[in-house]
Amino acid sequence: MPSKRMIAAINEALFEEMERDENIIVFGEDVQLAIMGDTRGLYERFGPNRIRNTPICEATLTGMALGATAAGYHVVLHMMFANFVYTGFDAIANQISKMRLMTGGQLKIPVTFLACYGGGGSNAAQHSDSAHPALMNLGGINVVMPSTPADAKGLLKTALRSPNPCFFLEAAARGGQMGEVPDGEHLVPFGKAALAREGSDVTLVTMGSATKWCLDAATSLGKAGIEAEVVDLRSLVPIDEEAILKSIAKTGRLVVVDESRDCCGAGSHIAAIAADKGFFSLKAPVKRVNIPDVAIPYAPAAELAVLPTPGRIEAAVRQLVG
Amino acid sequence: MIAVKEKSNKHEYVELLERMLLIRRSEERLALLAAAGQLPGAVHLYIGEEAVAVGACSVLQERDWITSTHRGHGHFLAKGGDLKAMFAEIWGKKEGICKGMGGSMHVADFSKGILGANGIVGGGFAIATGAGFGAKLRGDGRVVSCFFGDGAANQGVFMESMNISSAWGLPVIFICENNGLSEFTVSSTITGGKLEDRAKAFMPTKVVDGNDVLAVQAAVREAVERARRGDGPSYVEAKTYRIRGHLEAEDAMLGGGTYRSKEDIAAWQAKGKDPISRFETYLLGNGIVEASEVTALQDKIIRIVNEAVAYADAGEDADVTLAHSLMFAAQEA
Repeated sequence: MPSKRMIAAINEALFEEMERDENIIVFGEDVQLAIMGDTRGLYERFGPNRIRNTPICEATLTGMALGATAAGYHVVLHMMFANFVYTGFDAIANQISKMRLMTGGQLKIPVTFLACYGGGGSNAAQHSDSAHPALMNLGGINVVMPSTPADAKGLLKTALRSPNPCFFLEAAARGGQMGEVPDGEHLVPFGKAALAREGSDVTLVTMGSATKWCLDAATSLGKAGIEAEVVDLRSLVPIDEEAILKSIAKTGRLVVVDESRDCCGAGSHIAAIAADKGFFSLKAPVKRVNIPDVAIPYAPAAELAVLPTPGRIEAAVRQLVG
Repeated sequence: MIAVKEKSNKHEYVELLERMLLIRRSEERLALLAAAGQLPGAVHLYIGEEAVAVGACSVLQERDWITSTHRGHGHFLAKGGDLKAMFAEIWGKKEGICKGMGGSMHVADFSKGILGANGIVGGGFAIATGAGFGAKLRGDGRVVSCFFGDGAANQGVFMESMNISSAWGLPVIFICENNGLSEFTVSSTITGGKLEDRAKAFMPTKVVDGNDVLAVQAAVREAVERARRGDGPSYVEAKTYRIRGHLEAEDAMLGGGTYRSKEDIAAWQAKGKDPISRFETYLLGNGIVEASEVTALQDKIIRIVNEAVAYADAGEDADVTLAHSLMFAAQEA
C-alpha cells in the first residue's frame, strides 16, 4: 500500500468520488487554489461548474448548500476553519439539521462539510477551535473525525455517498501525517471505532487529532509497564458505544481524550455513556483530558499548555493506575 | 389595476380570484379555531396579502421552486399545495403534508417545488440562492421565487444572497412582501433607507401595489422571463399589509399593548384596498364575471374549506416515533 500524507488522502477521495459521481459539486472560500491543500487540482480537472470560489459569507453558504441539493447535487461545502461553523451556524442548526424531520422526511440532504479544526499552529482563538460538540448536539448531522490517512480517505468517500449531512473535520495540525492508504475503493463505515492500540490496564477513548497524542502517551506508559488500549472513535455521530463499553469491560478504567472544551464537550458525552451503561465495569472514576473552558491562546507554550497532550494524558492515567 | 386585457382571460382571472379566496377562507377558519384553542401551535396568517403569493405563483411552473416564510399558508396554497394536507399538518395529524412533524410554520411540498416554509426570519434567502445556483448549473430553465418580508430584509443574508445571485447571474426572484411590520414593531422605526435601494445595487427592481394581483403578476412575470433567459435575478417589492396579528395569540402576548391602530388596519380592509374585494369589483365592473358566478365561487370555496376541516378532524394523530426515524435517511454505503 502506498504511504501518503493525510491531506493527499483527502484530496484523493475527492478526486475519485467526483470522477464517479458527476452530481458532486464543491464550493467554498478559496477552494480553487485550496489553501489547505485538500481541494487542490480539482478546479483544473473539473472546472468552474463543479468547484467554485465563493464570497466570504458563511451564513449564506451553509443555506445555499441545502438549496443546491434541491437540484439533485451532492454539495461539498468547504468551511475552511471550524470556527467559521459558528458564522454559518444558523442554516446548519436551523435548516440542515432540521429540514428532513420538519418536512416529514420529504427530502434527503446530501451535504458534506469540510472544515479544519484544532490547535497546535499558533493560529490563536478564532482559528483553533474544534466545533464538533456543537455539531454533535444538533442531532441531524453526522460528524466524523479521522486520525489516519486511510480513515480520512475511507470516511470521506462514505460521506460523499451519503444521503445525509455530514461534517468531515480535518485536524489542521495533522495534514502532513503519513500513513498507508489503500488505492481506489476504500470505504470506512460511520459508527465503527478502530482499535488503535490494544492494552489491558486502561482505555483511552479518543478521536481525530487527539489519537496521536493518546498513542504517544500509550507508548510512554508502556515503558513503565502500563498497557493502555486506545479506541479511536473515528465518527462521533453516529458513535460506537459498543466499542467503548467493550474496552472498559476489559480494562475497567477510562480516560477520555478530546480536543474540545470541558463543558459539554465530546468527552462529557462519552463519559456519560460510560456512567450510564458501563458503570459496573469501572474500577475507578472516569477521567477526561480536554481543553479547559478557555479560548485557545496564541503563544506556542501557552497554547500547548491547554491542549490534551501526551503529558497530561499520562498524568491522568497514573491517577487511575497506581 | 392595470389595463383590462380581454374577456378571453376570464379563466385565468377566475383562477386568481379562486386562489385568493381559498387562502382567505381557509385562514379565516384557522383564526376561529386558534381563538378556540383548537390548534396545537401558533399560526401566522397571511390575510390581506393574498395577492402577492397568488399573483407571483400564477406565472411560475410546477417545476419552479419557491421558498416561503413563517407566514407560509398563502405561498403553499398559491403554489399548488393541497389544503387538506396542509390542514392535517396544522392539526398535527399523520395525514399532514409533513406527517405532523412541521406544523403551520413549516408547510412544504417538495413535489410541488415548495422548498419549505421557514420559522427563521430570512431563512429562505440562502436556500433560494442555493437552489438558483443548482438550477443555473443544470441549465434547465427553472427559476426560484424567494418570498420574504420587510422584517427579513434587515437580516445580513439578504445582502449576501443578492450579492451571489447577482455575481453569478442566478435565476432568483426576490419577492419582498412589504407589510410595514417586523413582527410587533413598525418597520420604519428600525429600517434605514429604502429596501428597494438595497436591491438596486445588485439587480433590476420594481415596486408594485401588492394588493393588486394583476400588478404583482405583471412584475413577477417580467422577472421570471428575465431569469429564464439566463439574465439573472430581480427584486420585486409588493407593498401590502398584514390584517391579522403577527400570530393569532398576539393579544394575549402583548398584555394590552399595541403597535398599530385599529384605523390603520381598517384602512387596508376598505373595499378599494383589500386585494380580494378589489379584484372582485374589477372583474364585475368590467363585465368579466357575473355576480352569480362570484357567489357560486364563494360557495365552492366554503365547501372545500369545510371538507378540509373534516379531513383534518378525522385524521390520525401523528406517529410519535417519527422524530427518531426521520432525522436521517437510510445510509447505503
